[in-house]
Amino acid sequence: MSAQDTIFYFFSAVLILSALGVITFRNPVYAALLLVLAFFSAAGIWLLLEAEFLAIALVLVYVGAVMVLFLFVVMMLDINLDKLREGFWKWFPFGALIAVVIAVEIGLVMMGDQFKQIIPLQPKASDYSNTKELGRLIYTEYVYVFELAAVVLLVAMVAAIALTLRHRTDKKSPNPSSQVKVKRNDRIRMVSMAPETKE
Amino acid sequence: MEYIQQWFEQLFGATLGSTLFLFAENLVYIVAIVLPLLLGVAYLTFAERKIIAYMQIRLGPNRVTFFGISWLRGWGQPIADAVKAIMKEIIVPTGANKFLFLLAPVITIAPALAAWAVVPFSPELVLADINAGLLYILAMTSLGVYGVIIAGWASNSKYAFLGSMRSAAQVVSYELAMGFALVCVLMMSSSLNLGDIVIGQQGDSFLNWYLIPLFPMFLVYFISGVAETNRAPFDVAEGESEIVAGFHVDYSGMAFTVFFLAEYANMILVATLTSIMFLGGWLPPFNFAPFTYIPGMVWLLLKIAFILFFFLWFRATFPRYRYDQIMRLGWKIFIPITLVWIVLIGMVMQLPVSLRDTFPLNMWFS
Repeated sequence: MSAQDTIFYFFSAVLILSALGVITFRNPVYAALLLVLAFFSAAGIWLLLEAEFLAIALVLVYVGAVMVLFLFVVMMLDINLDKLREGFWKWFPFGALIAVVIAVEIGLVMMGDQFKQIIPLQPKASDYSNTKELGRLIYTEYVYVFELAAVVLLVAMVAAIALTLRHRTDKKSPNPSSQVKVKRNDRIRMVSMAPETKE
Repeated sequence: MEYIQQWFEQLFGATLGSTLFLFAENLVYIVAIVLPLLLGVAYLTFAERKIIAYMQIRLGPNRVTFFGISWLRGWGQPIADAVKAIMKEIIVPTGANKFLFLLAPVITIAPALAAWAVVPFSPELVLADINAGLLYILAMTSLGVYGVIIAGWASNSKYAFLGSMRSAAQVVSYELAMGFALVCVLMMSSSLNLGDIVIGQQGDSFLNWYLIPLFPMFLVYFISGVAETNRAPFDVAEGESEIVAGFHVDYSGMAFTVFFLAEYANMILVATLTSIMFLGGWLPPFNFAPFTYIPGMVWLLLKIAFILFFFLWFRATFPRYRYDQIMRLGWKIFIPITLVWIVLIGMVMQLPVSLRDTFPLNMWFS
């Protein structure tokens, strides 16, 4: 077993264990933190595939931004676990059905032609840049698909803002730009007056 | 070096020996980076106290001498502080989550040190010369916020929790502006490798540095860096006048000191990245005789010290931002500026070659 295999099995073991932890831990904060660990291990496995851009993007976007906000929300919520677990057995058959469907779908994909022949990964030349190759593909061959995906995300973002934006009239808020523009003469008036000392 | 490698291979066999040798070699390099860094952190705290003291017409630390040398009064202070921190007891609050409470400082300092792996100190002196160096740095610096959030939650205290909430929102917002500012840098250098970014700024003088064409981005990056490291005037995560000490209010002893180390290591990192990406890294300001005699690493260290001085100067000068104003600055001012500048740089890059080769533009776009 080479060093690379050892690293692969280590990252895979951590990934699977932490993913199991995400769904079994009772404490939602622990679950969220284990999800972070799972993302991190997945990024490590991608690095072994010489896909450094995807690996770092996974850490940057999911670990660095999405999970931070997720953790933020999980910590703020006062989650009542007993209430959450009330309907577990009632909904269990439904959940199991979905799990079976997903498993069958994954199986069908994995048994497809593309996964039949295993091509060993050829080590790339040292000047090969995964980032550059990915950028070249995204901005030439798949540019319309890529922009379409960007527009879909933008629509989702605008929709989320539109849904949560409320114009409240009963609250007071300062106007920072007018505060910044204030000059000394707007607030104080210099008065020259004779000294008032008691004789 | 080869002698040691042969010795390893004799001792552990050919395959295991070479693997172990590679491991040991990198370990030595890591120690060679981290030790001077931690020493730098210790003396940065000293410099901070001295500089702010002189700005406020005080003397600052002036008692602990360095091995009894009388004219180095105060220079032993960081060492004494470190010894004191190690001796102190780490108190874990009763209601705290003990595991996460002790894990948080470790999570804070690990990315602060890990990011140094790709920093080039001179053309040859870099631990990991990887292609996606800039992305790696962004990913590592974005991890630092976890330590703060976990510390705030695990302390089981309202002040600590408020501090961590503030920090999380602030760091995530400023990361966007920071990333966009760096997009401009990588557009100009057309490389994500930090060494190539510095080489892209080579020329006759400091006018070739990216500081000149990307001056607004330099400001955005540097101010976002100050905000990312939770330094004054953006230190609302600590906010000692409102929420006591923010996320580390319940920490004591070495656990607190590790947070402290991480903050200063991050400051040095931001200063280093600013010098590499905007101030030409190891390049001398003028590419002729007296300046080129000085080795590149000295220039880099001088630039780092110059930027670090600004960090301390800010702290002595500006009052703390109000929280809504911090958010406004990040989202409504910095991000629009960076977006405009990205489009501007893109337009210049698309100019016809004959126009790009005329005087001011040929210094940066080639």
